[in-house]
Parts: sequence; C-alpha cells; structure tokens
Amino acid sequence: MFGTMSYNKQKTIIIVSFLTIPLLLLGLFTYYPAIKLVYYSFTNWDGYSPEKPWVGLANYREVFSNPDIFKVFQHNFAYFVMGVVQNIIAIYFAVILSNRLRGRNFFRILLFLPYIMNGVAVAFMFGYVFDTTNGSLNLLLGTLGLSGLADTSWLGTEGLVNYSLASTGLWRFMGYNMVIYIASLQAIPRDIFEAAKIDGAGSMQTLWRITLPNMKPVIQLNLFLTVTGALEVFDLPFVLTKGGPAGASQTYVQRVVETAFAFNNYGLASAMSIILLFFVVFVLLIQQLVLSRGGNK
Amino acid sequence: MRQSKFRVIDIIKYVSLLIGVFVVLFPPYVVIVNAFKSTEEFNGSSSMAMPQSFFNFDNFMIVFKRGHLLSGFSNILIIIVVALALNILFGTMVAYVLGRFSFKLKPVIFGAYLVATIIPSITTQVATFGIIKSMGLYNTLGAPIILYIGADVIQIILYLQFIRNIPVDLDESAMVEGASLFKIYRSIIFPLLTPATATLVILKTISIYNDMYIPYLYMPKQSLGVVTTVLMRFQGVNTADWNLICAAILVILLPTVILYFFLQRYIFEGVTSGAVK
Repeated sequence: MFGTMSYNKQKTIIIVSFLTIPLLLLGLFTYYPAIKLVYYSFTNWDGYSPEKPWVGLANYREVFSNPDIFKVFQHNFAYFVMGVVQNIIAIYFAVILSNRLRGRNFFRILLFLPYIMNGVAVAFMFGYVFDTTNGSLNLLLGTLGLSGLADTSWLGTEGLVNYSLASTGLWRFMGYNMVIYIASLQAIPRDIFEAAKIDGAGSMQTLWRITLPNMKPVIQLNLFLTVTGALEVFDLPFVLTKGGPAGASQTYVQRVVETAFAFNNYGLASAMSIILLFFVVFVLLIQQLVLSRGGNK
Repeated sequence: MRQSKFRVIDIIKYVSLLIGVFVVLFPPYVVIVNAFKSTEEFNGSSSMAMPQSFFNFDNFMIVFKRGHLLSGFSNILIIIVVALALNILFGTMVAYVLGRFSFKLKPVIFGAYLVATIIPSITTQVATFGIIKSMGLYNTLGAPIILYIGADVIQIILYLQFIRNIPVDLDESAMVEGASLFKIYRSIIFPLLTPATATLVILKTISIYNDMYIPYLYMPKQSLGVVTTVLMRFQGVNTADWNLICAAILVILLPTVILYFFLQRYIFEGVTSGAVK
C-alpha cells in the first residue's frame, strides 16, 4: 500500500518517520538536559527532594565570588599548555611523515597507537610509570644519569601534578592530531609544492609560506578542540589522583561532578556547567573572529 | 629524488621519530614485563627488567576471577552490539533524509546536530541523570545503550559524504520500476553505505569500549560492571599489587590493540574523513 502512494506523500512520511526517533533522542539527551541545566542553575535543588527552591542568580554569584571555585581553572591551564605542545609535535611529525621516508607507515601506526587505548587502563599504566619509588620513569631517569630527577614525586607535588597528568594526555592524543594533520597535508595540491620548488623556495620557506598556511583551518580546529578539551578534562585526574594531593589536581569538571553528586548541590553544579558552556562558546567566537580577520580559509 | 647520501636533516628526522616511538612504547613495555612476574619476583626485580618467563599466567587467572573480568567483557559486548545496531539504523536514516530530500527544516536539523557537539556532555549529565532515572533505566544495561544510540554529527557527515557519491540515477531508475522510497533506502542506500558503516563500527566499538564515564555513573551495580569500571574497582582493592594491576591493564588493552593492528587502515580513514571537513 506504501508503494501505491504518490512520491510526495511518501516523502513526507519518510521524513517524519525516519527523523522522529533520532530527533527525539537528540532532544531528550542533549537539548532537554541543557535546558534543565539552565533551570536548575537558578535553584538550590539538592538532587532528590521534590521541591526545587528558586534562588535567582545566587548560584552564579557564588561561583564568581568564591575564589576557591575559579582557582580550579588554574589546574586546567596545564592541560592547555601541554595541548599546545602536543599540536606542535603533531604538526612536526605530520610534516615529516608526509614526505618520502623509510618506514613511514610503521611510524604512523606506532605513533597513533595510544589513541585507541582504554583511558582508564592508560591512567593506571601511568600511575605505575609515575610512581615515586616503584615507578619506571624515575628508574629510567636514574639509568640515564639524571639521578637529580630520579626521586621526583610526579603525582604528589603540587606544582607538578597537573603537568604530569597533562603529559599523559599528550602521550595519548598526539597521534590523533598527527593523523588529522597528515590528512590535511595530503589535501594540499601537489603542484603548489612543485611550483614553489621551481621558483627556488627552500624547505623552510616552503614550510612557512605554503604548508602551514594551507593547514590553517585544521590547525584552528585542533586548537579549538585543545582549548575546550583543556576546559573539560575529567577522567585522567579523576582516575589517577582523585584530585589530590590536597585538591591540587582537581579540574573544573571534576569539581562540578563532585558538587552535584557528592555534595548534592545540583543548583550550584548547574550554574558551574552553564558558565563552562559560556567559556566554550566564547572560545569558539574568538576563534571565528580571528579566523575571519585573517582572511578566508 | 634526493641523493642517497644521508644528510643531517634526515638523521634529525629519524632520531626524533625513534624518540617518539620510544616514548609511546615505554609505558606499555613496563606493563607487559611486570604482568608476568609473581609477587616475589616483582618485589625482587627492577620494574624495567624482563620477567623470568612469559608463560606465567597466574596473574591473569587471579585478575579474571577476582576482578569479575568475564562479566565485564560480556556486559560491554552486549552494550556494543545493541547500541551499534540501533545507532547505525538511526544514523543511516537521518543521513538518507538529509542527503536525498530537501525540505524547510533541513538546515535546522543539521544545525541542531552540529550545535550539540559544543555542549560539554559531562556537565549535562547532572540533568541527564534525572531522565535516565525516571525512565527506570538506572542500573540497567539500558542506560548506556540508550545514551550511545543517538547519531552524532561526525557520523552524519561521514554518511552524507557517501550518500553524495551514490548516483541519484539509481534512486530514479528504482522509482521508474515503482519502488517505494522506503524500499530505496532499504535496498539501495543502506547496502551501499556499508563501507562507511564498517568504519563507524570500528570507531564506535573502540569509543564505547573505552568510555568510563557513562557506565561509572549509570551502572554502579557490581554485576553490571564493564571492563573499565571493573578495572577501577579491581585497582581500588589491590592498590599495592602492581603486578596484578599490570595484568589487568594488559587484558583490557589487548582487544582494542589487536583490533587496531588488523584494521588500522580503516581506523585512520574513519578518523580523517570524520574530522577533516
């Protein structure tokens, strides 16, 4: 009976029936929670009681006036620094591995390997590597003759712990960025490079004038992901240090989760989430602004 | 071609690559060698030293038994199979509609999927938690399944690219023969999307297998542990026994690493076609 309908009618039916469930899911698990979040952020709901007392902007005031909450963002800064380093290394390897090179595929496969590894397992693995007395990193440093560094407590020192954790992130995601950069390099038409060669450009000049400018959109995308990733770090410190020592490695999202689920302060946690969302949108806007300023592409 | 002479710049390239490979392989190496050591051997040897034998599977036995790893694996398998089947169905449906028809709300729908990616999903869990609970899915395998089945924008972009390469003539000739639009989806579009689906299956399998957050939050029940949460619980009670934890880490890493080495070409393709656009 479906086959005898006019195609216009069929089209309507297909559009509606094919989109209903997917859009319902999108709405239910992405947009509805987001709207709820906005609503909760104006209440001091504890997460279980039926009444959700309206408190207006009190939660937002609390976030901005409590230096303790914002200080947590300083911990996220380490992830941003390491993220930038990670992108630089990724671009370097991508450039090398796009050229003719013996064992090119071997290197690509191995450098990408950490990305597919289970995050929790990776966290534990580094827990062992970073361990002060049993850890293999300190043992390695000792073997290399850097005994001055060999009893560093990588996860137990306040100024160091975030950089140690963030370097784990670098280890895990560098290859991912690299593969994306390789893909963007391959999308650059070959004849541009040949033309540059004929014009007598050196390899450095080619890199600065042709390769990097052509990779710009992808670099920007990756930088956006780096910044938002740095803002949203959760699993590494959660698994590895539980935020310690003395809260020194607690990240913002971890704080949000703790506020909600451990301290039953859904209202405040929601306000913190909304503020994070604003930061992400802010980063995106800044980037769009810089992007359009620097000309198209 | 350059001259075959080795230049300084080549040496720098290879040295940096070898350093990179060393850094990548060092942590897994440490885990592998220690996973095969008995407790006495572990305490008596350097953490970088090779084990006496690579056939000492005692640690793995203990981990499987004490860590409830088998149920962890079977739970995650169920989640992956069910979630992926539905996810692919919904993903291809959305892509078919967005790729073949034009209608007023189309840009809005695509935009909705796009905007969804910038909402930090971890923070909305505060509200999602309530929804899952009121649906009665808390502490059931249904919770992660329903959270994983929604299509995401990368998946839709990937499918749309493939649909664009399927000639519209195929649809039209099917219409001439009187096929319904549903039949065109089922017998032309869906089968021709198989290469994209295969890539997606690999990538999604890895990402679901590696996800810690959703199972941790929505299935705290002991019997519903998946490999990641099982590993977390196991570590919690065996903090000092690093040789056991190493064995557990290894068991959990192995499936994806094996999958990776067999399918790396498709994984690379999937990652790049999803991200560069």
